[in-house]
Amino acid sequence: MSEATKPQPQAKGEKTPISDTSYVGIDAILEQMRRKAMKQGFEFNVMVVGQSGLGKSTLMNTLFKSKVSRKSVQPNVEERIPKTVEIKSVSHDVEEKGVRMKLTVIDTPGFGDQINNENCWQPIMKFINDQYETYLQEEININRKKRIPDTRVHCCIYFIPPTGHCLRPLDVEFMRHLSKVVNIVPVIAKADTLTLEERDSFKKTIREELRANGIDVYPQKEFDEDAEDRMINDKIREMIPFAVVGSDQEYQVNGKRILGRKTKWGTIEVENIAHCEFAYLRDLLIRTHMQNIKDITCSIHYETYRVRRLNESNILFTSNPPDHPAPATPQPNGVAAHRSSVE
Amino acid sequence: PNQTGRNRSHTVGKLTEKQYVGFATLPNQVHRKSVKKGFDFTLMVAGESGMGKSTLVNSLFLTDLYKDRKLLNAEERINQTVEIIKHTVDIEEKGVKLKLTIVDTPGFGDAVNNNECWKPITDYIDQQFEQYFRDESGLNRKNIQDNRVHCCLYFIPPFGHGLRPVDVEFMKALHEKVNIIPLIAKADCLTPNEIKKLKDRIREEIDKFGIKVYQFPECDSDEDEEFKQLDKELKECTPFAVIGSNTVVEARGQRVRGRLYPWGIVEVENQSHCDFVKLRNMLIRSHMHDLKDVTCDVHYENYRAQCIQEMTSKLAQDNRMESPIPILPLSTPDVDTEKLIKMKDEELKRMQEMLNKMQQQMHDKEQ
Repeated sequence: MSEATKPQPQAKGEKTPISDTSYVGIDAILEQMRRKAMKQGFEFNVMVVGQSGLGKSTLMNTLFKSKVSRKSVQPNVEERIPKTVEIKSVSHDVEEKGVRMKLTVIDTPGFGDQINNENCWQPIMKFINDQYETYLQEEININRKKRIPDTRVHCCIYFIPPTGHCLRPLDVEFMRHLSKVVNIVPVIAKADTLTLEERDSFKKTIREELRANGIDVYPQKEFDEDAEDRMINDKIREMIPFAVVGSDQEYQVNGKRILGRKTKWGTIEVENIAHCEFAYLRDLLIRTHMQNIKDITCSIHYETYRVRRLNESNILFTSNPPDHPAPATPQPNGVAAHRSSVE
Repeated sequence: PNQTGRNRSHTVGKLTEKQYVGFATLPNQVHRKSVKKGFDFTLMVAGESGMGKSTLVNSLFLTDLYKDRKLLNAEERINQTVEIIKHTVDIEEKGVKLKLTIVDTPGFGDAVNNNECWKPITDYIDQQFEQYFRDESGLNRKNIQDNRVHCCLYFIPPFGHGLRPVDVEFMKALHEKVNIIPLIAKADCLTPNEIKKLKDRIREEIDKFGIKVYQFPECDSDEDEEFKQLDKELKECTPFAVIGSNTVVEARGQRVRGRLYPWGIVEVENQSHCDFVKLRNMLIRSHMHDLKDVTCDVHYENYRAQCIQEMTSKLAQDNRMESPIPILPLSTPDVDTEKLIKMKDEELKRMQEMLNKMQQQMHDKEQ
């Protein structure tokens, strides 16, 4: 039986609950949670996808105000376009105001750079599913770790080249396939080549095309939790994709040091919302919605994967798909254990 | 074939004020979500009738959970078995919502023959684990209800000289399933010296019998001195000697929860009178989250590991394909499980051969 507590005034000495000034202290549990979270630290895994030269690495560095991108970490490696899409992860431990975070930036060099780009999203899809699989295997283990290391891709930033016209077939194909398994945040890269009018009309076209193709990017409408969320997220949905400019160079403007790009006709201030929408992207990704992005990955994308795997394993009990041969271990009654491929 | 890049960890280090990125807001983002969702906590109380369990619960949470309770008389209690009764109450304070479930165990220790009177209790705890295991392994994990018991307050009578056999057996039956916090009940019938002696005795016996009661986690080295001091005092004070009260009395010009005696007034919240405040602070204000964590990470995981091993070996024996709950065939089973399965397989083969031989012999005899 459920009942809220209600104090009732009664004479001294008789059975009576305590007056309103008494206080149990259950709100202290928030502080306990915070303490624990601070001790443990957080994890955040972000993937960047887009053709070479769209400023992916620079944008990551700008977002996290440090040299977190793969290029910064391996500055002397000769830049060449790989023959196939590669997946390269770099992790960093960052700390801010006592909050520790393990940030992993996953780069995808080679995407969209070939002459024939058919199915170039497949290695990316496989990587994302592999992370889900790793997590799932750990979760169903008999002796599982207290805190399962989370390598799942929480967010995938997709860089749209600033053509000003519309989405390219490759953009549509990629986002159509991947929006079902990961949170996609599309951005218009190198937006300093678009005037404000061009930018607005480009964004409108992109939004229409996303809608027409049934592509649900973050924040997805169906995952809004309540009216308050919906209000906040509707405003964001009217603004995406964010038109961003990245830079890790500082300049002096009006007596302040700001990150920007200096040209003969003026200096573009990255964090100035009159110039570009970088600040909105940063706020969304880091300051307001980071936890929500992780929650949707855990409770929706991962769960979808898990349900599919559970259903598959009940049906495909004996087949061994080509790229995941059954491990050579004895199993009850000769049933081969396997990891079925997902695509 | 594409390969994932090797992960290398670099420490970029602390960001200065100027380089504020903003992920320091993460704890607040998590905070906000928790406040919306609210918390839940399941507390079990166990001990003989008349130890003041209900009164203590009312005092701890400032509720009146038991006002419609009917107490049985001695005759009615003869045939009473241990029951499990749940009370749920929603408490809200400063915007934080807590769904508190109190699991009562009336009848425990009251019979003439109390052999295994804790069995209904251990069964209940196991059932909650099993339910959670099923839910967690199931397909729809959206709204799993956590009914696992996070903490068990065990009331030791103050009249004896330490732990009685039933106390020892109860705690040993439960210490690997739930966080046990032993309490000295009705501590207002003991003088401070007597309390100290009793606490020392009980602590000794807990050690001697190998009972694993709930341990407070170690303090972090970077906590402030005040916190460390409080923590030390808390640990030295166990088992807590508590007093509860459903009545308000006037003491020292204030209205407080207490008990009125001809020789004086016992104040529940007076730290020099009893350890009620320490218990409340520990249970609610500082260790509630840790109690839940230990339940999830230790007690539940132990149950789960045991359960899976039993199921896997049973599957080998029964020659069955479907398991009672959806689990994936383990691609890399534990070495132990593997050995166990191999053993059972061989045993089965041997038994089958013996059976065949016997059947053959019988068949020959008949001919």
